[in-house]
Amino acid sequence: MKMKMMSEEIRHHLPESVMAAYSAGTLPEAYSLVVACHVSICDACRATLSSYDAVGGALLQDTDTVVISDDALAKTMALIAEMPMDEPVGKSAGSEVRDPLFPQPLQDYVGGGVDDVKWKRVGGGVRQAILADSEGATARLLYIPAGMAVPDHGHRGLELTMVLQGAFSDEVDRFKRGDVEVGNEDLEHTPIADAGEDCICLAATDAPLVFNSFLPRLLQPFLKI
Amino acid sequence: METEIAHANRPIPSYLPNWNSNAGEWKAERVVNESKKKADEWTQCLVALQKTRDVQQFSRLFGHFAPRVKAFLMKNGASETLAEDTMQEAMAQVWKKVELFDPAIATASTWIFTIVRNKQIDAIRKLRRPEPEDLPWGPEQSDDPADLVAASQEEEQLRKALAKLPEQQRMMIEKAYYGDLSHSEIAEMTGLPLGTIKSRIRLGLERLRHELT
Repeated sequence: MKMKMMSEEIRHHLPESVMAAYSAGTLPEAYSLVVACHVSICDACRATLSSYDAVGGALLQDTDTVVISDDALAKTMALIAEMPMDEPVGKSAGSEVRDPLFPQPLQDYVGGGVDDVKWKRVGGGVRQAILADSEGATARLLYIPAGMAVPDHGHRGLELTMVLQGAFSDEVDRFKRGDVEVGNEDLEHTPIADAGEDCICLAATDAPLVFNSFLPRLLQPFLKI
Repeated sequence: METEIAHANRPIPSYLPNWNSNAGEWKAERVVNESKKKADEWTQCLVALQKTRDVQQFSRLFGHFAPRVKAFLMKNGASETLAEDTMQEAMAQVWKKVELFDPAIATASTWIFTIVRNKQIDAIRKLRRPEPEDLPWGPEQSDDPADLVAASQEEEQLRKALAKLPEQQRMMIEKAYYGDLSHSEIAEMTGLPLGTIKSRIRLGLERLRHELT
C-alpha cells in the first residue's frame, strides 16, 4: 500500500536517455544506483526500462550468428552441474522487511538502513556519505537539515538527485520522495530543504559542482563535491 | 551525434497499430491484432523449460540463442575466446534463473538479453551493476495468456520498426547497445513503438498493485 502511494506521487522521473544507457549497460555505476533506486519505487519508469530492454532483445534476436565451439552445450551443462542448487534465486523473502526509506539497491551499498550510514559532516549541518566512485562518477547520500540551503551552484556534467526523505525546493520546482531532479550545464540552483523535516537525497555526479560563492569553493576540495 | 536521433522526431509509422492509451480501447485493439494468438516460439520454449526443466528444451533454446549471444558479446568488443566463455556462463544463468522469467513482461530474447548484459558488465567489464528491487508480489506470474501474446507481438513490431528506421538512426541504436556510445551520447530512441510496451506493462503493474490492496 505504501509502495503504491509512493509510486502515484512521483512527478519527476528519470530522463529517457539515462534509462536507455542503463538498459544498454553503459551507464556508470553511480548513476545506475540512482536508476535502480528510482525504478524500485516507480512503476512508470520500471515499464520504460522494460521497453528499452525489449530493444536489446530485438537486437539480440536479429543479430548475425557466429560459430560456437562444438562442445559449447556440454560445457554449459557442466557449468550448470557445478552450480549450487540450494542457493535461492533472487525474489528473496524480503517483501515484509522492506526499509521505509532505502530501496534494496541502496541498502546493499549502505549495508543496512539509514541508521547504518557512515555520515561525514561537511559544514552547515549538512552531512554526506560517498557510496560509489568509479568510471568518473560519484554517488553519495546527502543529509540536509530541515530549512537548510545547499549553496547556490551550477553543474558541468550530469547530476541526478533523488529524494529519499523530506523534500527540497529550488528555482525549478519542489521535489519529494521518489522525485529525481536532473542537473546539467543549464541548471544553476539553490536547493532548500523543507522546513518540516530533514531531507535525505541520493545524488550522482560526474563532475565537481560549480559553486557561485567564495566559501563553498574554498571548502570544495575537502567536501569532495 | 546526439542530435541525429533526438531531432529525427518521426511520427509512428502507419503500418504499426494505433494503440490507444485508454485502457479499455487498448485491450480491444489488442484482440483485433492477435492474428497469431501465440507467443513466439522461443518464449514458449522458455516457459516449457520453466515448467519441466527439460534438457531437450534447453538444448533447443541453446541452439537458437548461443550463436546470437556469442555474436552479441563479440560486437560488444569481447575476443572470440572471451565471448565463447561468457556465452556459456550466461546460458548457464538462463537455466539457473529460469524461474524468474515472467513472460508477461518480457519475451525470451528480451529476458536473455538482460542476463547477457549483466554477465557482460560483471564478467567482462568487471563493474558492479545495481539492480532495481524485485516487485513486492514475488514470482507469481500473469495467468493471462493474452499478455504473453502481446509481449511477443510488440517485440515483433519493434523489430520491424527497427528494420525500417533510416540507416543512420538504426546504426545509432545498435552502437548504443553494442557499447559504442557513452551515456552522454545516448539520446532518446525515437521512431520505435516503445509506448505500446510501456503502457501494457504499466497497466499490468497497476493491476497487480490493486490486487494486492
